[in-house]
Amino acid sequence: MMDLLLSLEQAGQNLLGAFWLPLWTLVKIMVIVGPLMGAVAYLTLAERKVIGWMQIRIGPNRVGYFGLLQPLADGIKLLMKEIIVPTGSNKFLFILGPIMALMPALAAWAVIPFNAELVLANVNAGLLYILAMTSLGVYGVIIAGWASNSKYAFLGCLRSAAQIVSYEIAMGFALVCVLMAAQSLNLGDIVNGQKGSYGLLNWYIVPLFPMFIVYLISGVAEANRAPFDVAEGESEIVAGFHVEYSGMTFALFFLAEYANMILIAFLTAIMFMGGWLSPLPFLPDSIVWLFGKVAFVLFLFLWFRATFPRYRYDQLMRLGWKVFIPLAIVWVVVVGAWMQTPLWVW
Amino acid sequence: MNFMDVVFYVFAALTVFAGMGVITARNPVNAALFLVLAFCSSAGIWMLLEAEFLAIVLVLVYVGAVMVLFLFVVMMLDINLVRLREGFWRWFPFGAGLAGLMVFEMIYVLGARQTSDTGGNVVHPANYSNTKELGRLLYTDYVYPFELAAVLLLLAMVAAIALTLRRRVGVKTQNVSDQVQVKAADRVRIVKYMQDGSTDTSAK
Repeated sequence: MMDLLLSLEQAGQNLLGAFWLPLWTLVKIMVIVGPLMGAVAYLTLAERKVIGWMQIRIGPNRVGYFGLLQPLADGIKLLMKEIIVPTGSNKFLFILGPIMALMPALAAWAVIPFNAELVLANVNAGLLYILAMTSLGVYGVIIAGWASNSKYAFLGCLRSAAQIVSYEIAMGFALVCVLMAAQSLNLGDIVNGQKGSYGLLNWYIVPLFPMFIVYLISGVAEANRAPFDVAEGESEIVAGFHVEYSGMTFALFFLAEYANMILIAFLTAIMFMGGWLSPLPFLPDSIVWLFGKVAFVLFLFLWFRATFPRYRYDQLMRLGWKVFIPLAIVWVVVVGAWMQTPLWVW
Repeated sequence: MNFMDVVFYVFAALTVFAGMGVITARNPVNAALFLVLAFCSSAGIWMLLEAEFLAIVLVLVYVGAVMVLFLFVVMMLDINLVRLREGFWRWFPFGAGLAGLMVFEMIYVLGARQTSDTGGNVVHPANYSNTKELGRLLYTDYVYPFELAAVLLLLAMVAAIALTLRRRVGVKTQNVSDQVQVKAADRVRIVKYMQDGSTDTSAK
């Protein structure tokens, strides 16, 4: 397989010369984004099915066997719908909003390693790049909320922006602990740092368990998922920042939300749960482990949504600023001190 | 002209365009968004200089945090375009003088740079990490200035909080610690109805 790829690359280089690199990169991007969009579509089905079962319902089962064609039907329905641009809105920014929501959610995938060789861009500052890209996600919400020229949308966007900016800090500090442990910003090196003869016990989830919890919960908040979905808050502000959107512009927000969920699941698996490394030392490392861990984290996301009631806004802010950020800062100091002692074995 | 030059000119043109947009946009929100574009394209230029740490931190800090808070404030302004354009010619000489001063400064600085030795383009090995080098410099040679800057920032943060924190008397706010410590038993009483119509309040 690897030889085939190499000879293909060689042939392309001879045939197209300087144009080969952009073309080949485009192909690689499609290979990542295509399955990602498929995963997003079927994550929506999984969400409805899982929450259905948790609430003793059946979930979608009409379109296709077992409801398997439901995401397709939803997609076609949204494509067919008219995109309504409100009269008082800022037309350019109104269209830019959903694009800005989806763009960072996809751009971050450039540095995600799938196994020891399979990565689009092996960047030294990969972790920083991820932090920068996820911090751009808030612009989609802000631009959409403001450009709609509607009070509900505006309120939703203010709430959401404050929430995302707050939880980003805790998330950043949790990742500072990871990079201290790994001594590298490269995501591939971070996974390799968790390699060892004890399997599961070598993962950073063991020394950094509080940070794992902080990262996971902040991730839920970053993705605007329940119980932190005050941005949408159906019962209070109708649907928050995307209340004026319809058709495909609306669908882009949902694509972005689910792509962000999958991204955070991947990052949690890579930073804390050893990425593609196997949990038991006698089993081989494989990309299957990575997908299994991601599926587990995604299931947690769905489980949270079916279990917890929405946070009140002041409670949400208190959790972020008065619990997570102090805890994360203390843990940075603890890890720093711990690493100076012989007790640090990771 | 090779590929890198093309990329540089694209980013440079974008930066200049966005900079012009910041000062010509009528709506402050558009101006702020142009500033975001200017930050992003200058991050691209820094990336070309192999300063990946600075480039990414520019996006992370300025675009991801500072400009978000900026937009927050600007979005809530009630904008009156007529009033904004009032007194343009009255302030024009002042603005033109300031602009002339800045142009002079730029020419002075850039002109001096061209005459001195910049050391040329340094070629780094593939495993060179800009982040690591910066970290080493900041925590060894420049540790005191770095710590001093950090203390100053902390001071400003504490001062900002102290200035805006007001404790007014007679305001009905929730007592957070009471709320956190509340138990289900304090709020909910479960009553069991018996068959004969009487109630049993001792049920848990």
